[in-house]
Amino acid sequence: MERIPILKMGPYLLVTIQVDMHDRLAMTLQDDLTERISKTGSRGVLIDISALEMVDSFIGRMFANMAAIARVLDAEIVVVGMQPAVAITLVELGLSLPGIRTALDVERGMAMLGKSLAASTLPTPGDDGSGEGDAGPAE
Amino acid sequence: MPVQRSEVLPIRAEDDVVRVRQGAREFCVAAGFSLVDQTKMVTAASEIARNTLIYGGGGSVTIELHAEGLRHGVRLRFVDTGPGIADLEQALRDGYTSGRGLGLGLGGARRLVNEFQIDSRPGDGTKVSLTRWK
Repeated sequence: MERIPILKMGPYLLVTIQVDMHDRLAMTLQDDLTERISKTGSRGVLIDISALEMVDSFIGRMFANMAAIARVLDAEIVVVGMQPAVAITLVELGLSLPGIRTALDVERGMAMLGKSLAASTLPTPGDDGSGEGDAGPAE
Repeated sequence: MPVQRSEVLPIRAEDDVVRVRQGAREFCVAAGFSLVDQTKMVTAASEIARNTLIYGGGGSVTIELHAEGLRHGVRLRFVDTGPGIADLEQALRDGYTSGRGLGLGLGGARRLVNEFQIDSRPGDGTKVSLTRWK
């Protein structure tokens, strides 16, 4: 079955969407990514859509779903590289992708993740077992 | 408004939706559309093709390259023989969905094209026509 690869890159996961996705492929990616976040305990995911020539309401909703699912799993998604024509069309379509963090390219997206991960790990105490709500890496 | 070229594509499976996008793209390029205009038309095509598949139970699209004097345009005529839409006004409203979508399909597609026509009656299928001019 056709699948979009998810690469582990240090503490992050990287997804590069290179094909024109049909809906089932998009759904499979959502499931696969959820699985990988939970398995690896990655706290940051970059989704590179620079090769995507169109994002319609279904694909947009899938990004929003993935961002929400990741958040529940204590991970963060940054969508990077959206083409200008795609951005213009999305807004006209009525989709503003609320709740989705975006960056212009992979480098900036990674910097964004680095910053927010540093911010979220600094104030929490070390692993002395007291931090109840501090979700560590998944086993 | 002579049709210079046309092509009929079936919409029976999810892969067909991707093929409709590619077909629409090809005609938009032939019409000399800018990248932004291509993207708008392809996105509108994707929304309506999905509706044809999911709500209309499948159907087809006719893609046409039009020339009116010096003006070029692309028209997509979607047809399905599904249950039809009882309340068109409601269906066109943003946020209204009867299925798994965001409810942006019809209204969103309408915003992305220059001419939008929908013809539907319960039990009689749905016809949607999208046109964009260069």
